[in-house]
Amino acid sequence: MAVLLTAMGLVALGGLAALAAGRSSRLATILGAGGSVIGCGLGLVPALSVVLGSAPTGWHEAWDLPGGSFHVGLDALSGFFLVPTLLLSLLAAIYGGEYLRPYAERKSLGRAWFWFNLLVVSMVLVLIARNVVLFLVAWETMALSSFFLVTFEHERAEVREAGWTYLVATHLGTAFLLVMFLLLARSAGSFDFDRMAAVVGLAPALASLIFVLALVGFGTKAGFVPFHVWLPEAHPAAPSHVSAVMSGVMIKTGIYGLLRTLTFLGPPPAWWGWVLVTIGLTSGIFGVLFALAQHDLKRLLAYHSVENIGIITLGLGLGLVGVSLHLPALAVLGFAGGLLHVLNHALFKGLLFLGAGSVLHGTGTLDMDHLGGLLKRMPATGATFLVGAAAIAGLPPLNGFVSEFLIYLGAYRTVTSHGALAVLVPAALGIAGLALIGGLAAACFAKAFGIVFLGEPRGERAAKAHEAGWAMKGPLYALAAGCAVVGLCPWPIVQSLGPVLGTLPGQSVASTGSTLLGTGHLLLLATVVAGLVIGLVGGLVLLRGRLLARRPVEETGTWDCGYARPNARMQYTSSSFAQPLTSLFSLFLRTRRRLTPPEGLFPGRSSFATETPDVCREGIYRPAFGAIERVVGRLRVLQQGRVQLYVLYVVLTLLALLIWKMG
Amino acid sequence: MDGTAILPPAAALLLAPLLLGVINRTKAFFAGRRGRPLLQLYFDLFKLLRKGATYSRTTTWVFRAGPIVGLAAVLAALVLVPLGAVGAPLAFGGDLLVFAYLLCLMRFFTVLAALDTGSSFEGMGASREVLFAALAEPALFLGLAAVAHQSGSLSLSAMIAAIDPATWVSRGPALGLVATALGIVLLAENSRLPVDDPETHLELTMIHEVMVLDYGGPDLAFVLYGAALKLWVLAALLVGLIVPVRTGRPLLDAAAGLAGMLSAAVAIGAVESSRARLRLVRVPKLLVGAMALSALALVLVLR
Repeated sequence: MAVLLTAMGLVALGGLAALAAGRSSRLATILGAGGSVIGCGLGLVPALSVVLGSAPTGWHEAWDLPGGSFHVGLDALSGFFLVPTLLLSLLAAIYGGEYLRPYAERKSLGRAWFWFNLLVVSMVLVLIARNVVLFLVAWETMALSSFFLVTFEHERAEVREAGWTYLVATHLGTAFLLVMFLLLARSAGSFDFDRMAAVVGLAPALASLIFVLALVGFGTKAGFVPFHVWLPEAHPAAPSHVSAVMSGVMIKTGIYGLLRTLTFLGPPPAWWGWVLVTIGLTSGIFGVLFALAQHDLKRLLAYHSVENIGIITLGLGLGLVGVSLHLPALAVLGFAGGLLHVLNHALFKGLLFLGAGSVLHGTGTLDMDHLGGLLKRMPATGATFLVGAAAIAGLPPLNGFVSEFLIYLGAYRTVTSHGALAVLVPAALGIAGLALIGGLAAACFAKAFGIVFLGEPRGERAAKAHEAGWAMKGPLYALAAGCAVVGLCPWPIVQSLGPVLGTLPGQSVASTGSTLLGTGHLLLLATVVAGLVIGLVGGLVLLRGRLLARRPVEETGTWDCGYARPNARMQYTSSSFAQPLTSLFSLFLRTRRRLTPPEGLFPGRSSFATETPDVCREGIYRPAFGAIERVVGRLRVLQQGRVQLYVLYVVLTLLALLIWKMG
Repeated sequence: MDGTAILPPAAALLLAPLLLGVINRTKAFFAGRRGRPLLQLYFDLFKLLRKGATYSRTTTWVFRAGPIVGLAAVLAALVLVPLGAVGAPLAFGGDLLVFAYLLCLMRFFTVLAALDTGSSFEGMGASREVLFAALAEPALFLGLAAVAHQSGSLSLSAMIAAIDPATWVSRGPALGLVATALGIVLLAENSRLPVDDPETHLELTMIHEVMVLDYGGPDLAFVLYGAALKLWVLAALLVGLIVPVRTGRPLLDAAAGLAGMLSAAVAIGAVESSRARLRLVRVPKLLVGAMALSALALVLVLR
């Protein structure tokens, strides 16, 4: 524990030093990024050791705040979330050092690094806090530091807009958490997590109320549909290494919070699991469909975060159903699949966001319809992006396949055993939903990689793209290697989930062990097949090389069906590639089309554009916030912009409270 | 694992191209033609393997990786697929997932290779391929779930070995629905009529054929052989389901399986001869229909 706290101290110190370095961007980068790299590297040691089975540790200091105490703890669950958090933060810090350099002329990088390091520290603190007040302070710090990072380029209007959306959403979520924690604290008689976990026999209605509040509060951070609206706005607006951290690990703190809350609530009723499965399927399908309709690479990736949170939630939901209906195999496989997907998503989504950052760095645009052919000019970024794309599509032999395999396996095992409808229906829905999500995700990443990196450049910027430097390529290689390692030797990682699962409700380390052992055997065989694919690829490459060794190998233009003057603009674009899918789901996507058709014998200008705004944002939040604004607008008379007046309000309020207390 | 387990992959490796020959001869018979030789695809493969190669200047290593990854994936899938009652060399709980995802891997690389050429025709084919595949996937997974429930196992070999005439008597309707759904998936995944016309001559209307327009020589041979093997593995699943000959003697079972495969080829030829191609916008409805059939089958067996 002391090591972890020291490590976080170093990160914080690095951030403060960067802020103090002020005008010298170079010094600020060295101090800020250096602090993060050293601190995260150091912090990985205790995090890994607790996941690998060393005893949980804690630290308790009294704190001069009502209900508060500096109580932190490191158990397997915290450790499991800490590992990807620290790892991705470390790599993102290295990457950010080079990525932010072009901004150095017009921005203070000291501030950017201060907020980045503060974000890292607060995320870690959220994961280890064992006191409500400490947790909420860390939670708020996390929200605010990421808000300042999202609005890094605040001179652009759309970035400010995204920042405000994020700020409002995260605070609405926190409001639910506040109520939830107050309810929990009242029944436990304490603000300490340990005491909350010790409460037995929470009234079912109260437990369910707390569960729903947690679902909304933590779900807003995680990006459950329909609370996800901030996500596709904020993630593209932030600098890419921050997007990677936010999408890869920060939103997972929502999942962590939900799991931690579940440990307080005692045995779950089956309907909690059903709700999670429903949310998982909705988020998954919604996320991937909207991702398909996007033209902006980072926006597409942000919607995929919604999809992957859906897959994680689906796994956890099946696990919860398994716990409540006493089906240990489903419980273990569901939870294990969901948790492993947390780690996997951090790896491949971190990789993809950093890859998108390199594209932006090298071309200056993220509009897929202006990109193309980048694999030739950015070979390292392209190859690693392909690894990430294949991994997120769940293809063997990469890591995405492993976690989806576990969730599928849990669902299929349930379907084969003759169980009750209460569990068969969610399992069957899970299978169908995962299959659809998998197919659509493969389609979407074929589009993302194919349109951006393959074919001919669709514009000037893509034609003049340049590859990123080593500080940006290194993290890409590291994350791609991580995807391959988890994909190729999954069983030790799945085995090490044992202690983590032991912390969840209704699970014990002993009972999970045997199921995981059996699954490890199956994964080993699946990996044998994956290894066979790799061996066959090698064999076929050699075979083709030998066949072609003494024969003519020519280069020519692409076959264009006899048309003599093809140009790059005739290629399929991201919108045309996705068009059959978007029109099939048009009822739901509501894509807007602006068409100026060519007219006359010698057509002049004609144009076509599509745009797919978020249906929840347009349909729910915009009208709701419009109504609130109209109502609250009447209170504007109170707000005159004079500090004296506001002080008067404060005094009057205090006076009223005092009278109320006395009386 | 006994020696007979080598039979299913060996039969696939040797006989998969024959299946396409049988389909073509059946179609020729319906059209009143003599048709090309049964072994035409073998001749084509040998001819192509002896040729050089021509690559487009637009393409990268992804284009060259397409046929190789595709063929490797489907070859690896062969070790999981049984032939009738004869089990595959490798069988474990959940191998059906590995099987389905290997086909995904094959498709993913074929699509990327098509986009790598920068041709709008190939982009068009790629776009249609991913749409149909995304819709076919739930039908396949739900159908397999119904069979898995019936047999109480999650490995393809055990699932199919558990289907015997008695199962058809007791669970006929559900199995029939699954077989129909798998049949539709088979036609869609292998670009047969009524989803895609493998004989068409217009690039605009093709799906699978247009994605591989730019290949020649050994690469085209890999593509064609891979496509034949993909047809074989999906047909083997269907045949395992609807030909419940379970004598207990591996050679007899294998012979029944092979006879089933050839009949399946004849049946595909007959379907292709008697059906017009669906309009592209209609294809999703067919696939959603298959999904509904699979779901219904699952409901029937779970009942």
